[in-house]
Amino acid sequence: MSGTALLQASGVSKRFGGVTAVDTVDFSLAEGELRCLIGPNGAGKSTFFKLLTGQLAPSTGTIKFRGHDVTHAKTHEIARLGVGIKTQIPNVFNGLIVRENLYVSAIRINKPARARAIVDEVLARLALTDIADRLVGVLAHGQRQWVEIGAVLAQEPDLILLDEPAAGMTHEEVARTAQLIREINRTKALIVVEHDMQFIRMIAKQVTVFNQGRILVEDNVEHVLANQAVRDVYLGKRAA
Amino acid sequence: MSPLFTGRAGFALVIAAGVIVTIALPLIDGMFGLVQATVFIAMAVLALSLGFIWGFGGIMCFGQSAFFGLGGYAYAIAAIDFGGSSWAVLLAIAVPAAFAAMLGYFMFYGRISDAYMGVITLTVAVILYNVMNSTSGSQYHIGAAELGGFNGMPSVPPINLPGDPSAALSPLQFFILSMILLMAVYTGLRLLLASRFGRVLVAIRENETRAMLLGYDPRFYKLVAFAIGGGIAGLSGCLFTNWGGFISPTAFSLAQSAQIIIFVLLGGIGTLLGPIMGAVAIEYLITLTGTQHRFDANLILGVILLGFVLLVPQGVVPAIAAQLARVIPARRRAGASSQTVTAP
Repeated sequence: MSGTALLQASGVSKRFGGVTAVDTVDFSLAEGELRCLIGPNGAGKSTFFKLLTGQLAPSTGTIKFRGHDVTHAKTHEIARLGVGIKTQIPNVFNGLIVRENLYVSAIRINKPARARAIVDEVLARLALTDIADRLVGVLAHGQRQWVEIGAVLAQEPDLILLDEPAAGMTHEEVARTAQLIREINRTKALIVVEHDMQFIRMIAKQVTVFNQGRILVEDNVEHVLANQAVRDVYLGKRAA
Repeated sequence: MSPLFTGRAGFALVIAAGVIVTIALPLIDGMFGLVQATVFIAMAVLALSLGFIWGFGGIMCFGQSAFFGLGGYAYAIAAIDFGGSSWAVLLAIAVPAAFAAMLGYFMFYGRISDAYMGVITLTVAVILYNVMNSTSGSQYHIGAAELGGFNGMPSVPPINLPGDPSAALSPLQFFILSMILLMAVYTGLRLLLASRFGRVLVAIRENETRAMLLGYDPRFYKLVAFAIGGGIAGLSGCLFTNWGGFISPTAFSLAQSAQIIIFVLLGGIGTLLGPIMGAVAIEYLITLTGTQHRFDANLILGVILLGFVLLVPQGVVPAIAAQLARVIPARRRAGASSQTVTAP
């Protein structure tokens, strides 16, 4: 990892009672990087994601975003520093139309005219223009996922965290999402939590593998997929 | 929600209707009817306060009468002590707003869940009721104003022209003032809901987690909305106290709190016009059933409420809007639908 880190987690642990879900993890993300977090169920990747987004506070360790200590920051404070977050189960404004979902996101730091321009741009980019005036609550699951991604983009963040962005999408939608992620990565850093290996292959460069709360391997995608320890973990064997 | 009533045309229609009522009612109705109508308006303002925080802020307040009563008492005490109504009116809004802000701070920043918020607000109203009930005797006074316990405070000086305490408003003038204030509150809330603040508030109602993930602090938005609702309820209390020249602890009662909820439910939650209509209709019915002696008035009201909850659960205004939307071509609605948040 070269240059200054955009996001830096040092010795981060999270314990729930006697269970250590995340165990002294050191993690660093460079500006403009695309990183995938993978691992079997219960590996601690979702907990780690919640620590990064302020939905949970670490038991020990520190997390820094561009040098700011955000270890105990609230979710909205982390978002204000320029972190856009898409959660695993879509969190959208169901009772509002698609356009309003994006507008509420864009208006936080922009004047109304600029916010409307951003909304139109994001709608076009995600091919949501045709359904812009429909209530989000009545849309299909894949479309709701994109509305949420749209809301994150309209926020114009520097770092985007996506928790299982391809979950519940059709084959075609997954391909489009992968393309979108690569496109976003031209200008922004991303962390993608995913366990669909097919999807990982489509987008990944650098991959961090979690297992039993620790980082098992961190390497480029080919090496990770060829790694015997990773295969064992995914096939359910005990990790070495 | 139907987009009808939501655009600029709908707003203009509502205000035009308000102006017509303000001008026409004094011409067609006698003094008694006018005085009756004035208390309906006070209740409509009260219904708006809950309609706003519940329907748009998603804040379930079972004790909105707390702010209504505080506004009434703040007006009465200040009007007696200061001998003029200007400061009294301001205090009738400011005291409940400040009290709501304080209560809201503990509820929202303490991350109290919705159900407990209902319990807490209800309890606060009951506490205020009991406190005011036990202030009988001349030792309980604020300045020259005796609180009067369960007998309440009689002979409260009425609103006067600014700067001239001897020029009290006539019933007609007070009716017109009440209508103007009702339209002002309605307009103010419409503008607020169309603003950035209002749109974020509605978004928070829809999904608090998403709002936080976008960088908004829901606690702050809810607190501000709750305080605004408290201030509006206080204004209503001020109008009510002026109407009868009297305020008593029953203003804080559970029956009063329940009635406000019924206004909003019947008229239609998530609208502003609905609570106004609900308040006027219920108050009118109460008056009507009160003048006959064949049936118990509460029984008739109970049947009507039950009927509405079962048959028109979304409330009257949304139901009518949905019916109108069916006859008006969809093409016309498409343009207005981007205004989903600015409800009637």
